[in-house]
Amino acid sequence: MTAPAITRTMLLWCPDWPITAARQAHGLAAELPIALIEKGKVFACSAAARVDGVSRGIRVREAQSRCPDLIVLAYDASLDNRAFEPIIAAVELLAAGVQVVRPGVCAVRVRGPSRYYGGEKPAALALIGVLDDLGIEGVRVGVADGPFTAEMAARSTRNVFIVAEGGAAEFLAPLPITTLGAPELVDLLLKLGVRTLADFAALPITSVSGRFGAAGTRLHSLASGLDSRPVTARIAPPELDSSIDFEPPLDRIDQVAFSFRQRADEFIQRLTAASLVCTAVLVETWSDRGERVERSWLHPRSFTAADVVDRVRWQLQGDTGSGSGLTAGVTRVRVTPEAVDAIGNHEQGLWGTANDERIHHGLSRVQSMLGHGAVLTATVGGGRMLAERQKLLPWGDRAAAAQPGPWPGHLPPPLPATVFAIPRPVDLIGANGDTVAIDGRGILSAAPAHFSPTGSARELRPVLAWAGPWPIDERWWDAAHRRVASRFQVVDSSGVAWLLVLERRAWWAEARYD
Amino acid sequence: MFEYSQVSPVAVVLDEVSPAPDRVRDLQARITSMQATKLDTRSIPTHPAIAALLPGGGLKEGATYSVDNSITLIMALLAGPSAAGAWCGVVGIPEFGIEAAARFGIDLERLVLIPEPGDQWLAVTAAIADVMGVVVTKPPSRANDSSVARLAARLRQRGSTLIVLGPWPQSEAMLSISASEWNGIGDGHGYLSARQVTVTVTSRLAGRPRSSQLWLPDRSEKINAAVPGSASSVLPGRALRQEATG
Repeated sequence: MTAPAITRTMLLWCPDWPITAARQAHGLAAELPIALIEKGKVFACSAAARVDGVSRGIRVREAQSRCPDLIVLAYDASLDNRAFEPIIAAVELLAAGVQVVRPGVCAVRVRGPSRYYGGEKPAALALIGVLDDLGIEGVRVGVADGPFTAEMAARSTRNVFIVAEGGAAEFLAPLPITTLGAPELVDLLLKLGVRTLADFAALPITSVSGRFGAAGTRLHSLASGLDSRPVTARIAPPELDSSIDFEPPLDRIDQVAFSFRQRADEFIQRLTAASLVCTAVLVETWSDRGERVERSWLHPRSFTAADVVDRVRWQLQGDTGSGSGLTAGVTRVRVTPEAVDAIGNHEQGLWGTANDERIHHGLSRVQSMLGHGAVLTATVGGGRMLAERQKLLPWGDRAAAAQPGPWPGHLPPPLPATVFAIPRPVDLIGANGDTVAIDGRGILSAAPAHFSPTGSARELRPVLAWAGPWPIDERWWDAAHRRVASRFQVVDSSGVAWLLVLERRAWWAEARYD
Repeated sequence: MFEYSQVSPVAVVLDEVSPAPDRVRDLQARITSMQATKLDTRSIPTHPAIAALLPGGGLKEGATYSVDNSITLIMALLAGPSAAGAWCGVVGIPEFGIEAAARFGIDLERLVLIPEPGDQWLAVTAAIADVMGVVVTKPPSRANDSSVARLAARLRQRGSTLIVLGPWPQSEAMLSISASEWNGIGDGHGYLSARQVTVTVTSRLAGRPRSSQLWLPDRSEKINAAVPGSASSVLPGRALRQEATG
């Protein structure tokens, strides 16, 4: 059996990577105690939290009791990957062919950089220097034969650790068997009295292979310092985003939109060349005051170049209102595809795709006239008040999940056709000539006799029938959103029925049955 | 109007033998509609209780109807086309009640709202009429005659129906609720459960106004033609009747 070729590997490890990523995303200081939570348990914690006794796997409540000022954030695996992307780019500038082992860990072949920098140690220090410039501190580098040994080397140091060529077995020998991972095998080996990697490596390979199969053989070769896995360079993803810089800054929306038109064309062409269509884009704009505004825009079908330009325009309009001037000059616009799909799923049918395409074009035209939020689709959501039950979404955005009921105290059908978004002030006069009031027990001061739909005395008309009060006492636990009101139905002399709300001694019309 | 959409018993028998007579009739109808000098010959599905009142027996493609101050009546008009698969657009009516619309049978997935068109409402209405089967609009001010004529020409060309909340100069028919009577509510007890209305349709084609009594809606939230005098039988003692005053 020939000895397998072993790649001399330099491995870079950023400790507590999920914490670093979360800190960058939320702009938190390094010395704060932070814990990332997944499924109610601590997934990762910062050094400050660890000092207070927080550790991986404990419950949130326990972590908070050990460290009362703990900052608790939800763990987001995609954030880890996203935040690691600039690091990979920086390492790629230094050494070709980076393999991402997992977010926070990447490996390169040491041969090229060590020749360029004149040795393995200078190469490793150069790498740490680049990451320091990016603001990533505490990076550790291990250089050894094979990625496994290199990772162990990186974990055993606070800076750089180099295992000499051929010295892997000797370096690994005193490490505990648990470093291999594979919990089932490790448990069994511990029961068999195998406690260090040296003990495991000392077992004859034929016996290990016979007892534990291929997986065991692979771990055996790792323990013996014969990790023959090569460093497989990642294939850099194609650059799909598109940006434009303005010098001098532009202060009119139409100028920005017009200048971006060509970039938008290129953006869509690049996507098309990659056989992709874009269903969500992230538009970022920078102003000359150094502000950055980002927003992601969805599309019910897929973006065309004109749609992208529209989104850029709406985003700028959203900042300033409806005028065409901007409060600050725009220095840079960038568009990044957030969600892409294979172009095959979005191809038009041979005979066209029915009405929907036409309707979408028509509505997009209205959107480009009035703005994104002017064309709405509606769904019925949860709540007791009619206005909060109707959820309006801009055309193209995805609906949030409805809150299922039951909603005790909601209105019995039939429902009013006219729902005032902002309740209108009205007046209800009792038989005694005063505005009808209600006491703490829900007793009315007088039976309603006259109703004024505008609140003015000239519009008063007789009440033919009425019902109520139906008390509403919502969110009593939340002082800011608490609501105590009473609802009434009133039929006036013209046969129109009203849904009235008595709140803080004033009468409002919530809706009209017209 | 329904001579080609209703299948006579004879045609059913023929159908079982071969589908040809139906096809032939369909094609003949298409030829007639293409040859017609007047474009208002095709109608869109309308709720039968209201269709009977309208000139021509239903809402027509390319025509304009005006409804006086009742969104419920507009929803009743929309329910038929929406259930038949038409897209509906509502322009300039921010207080359009979504939940009531859904209960009336308007498909919310095919309903688009443009509550605040601002001073571009005419352009927006025309753009929406290009793509949607039925458009509801509420003019913020009186439109001038030339823009009304342009919009009417566009509606005829696209075959969309326009329903205007409020008066409109060239409307096919004007619908209004002339009397309304609520059931289920009393003097401090009960709740609104059903409503009987008299819908009056004034048309410039038909001479005198036609009116009819409807349940809008009845106790099961449906629109139905009411048999006169049936209100008291539904809920004796609580029925309440009044004539409209304004």
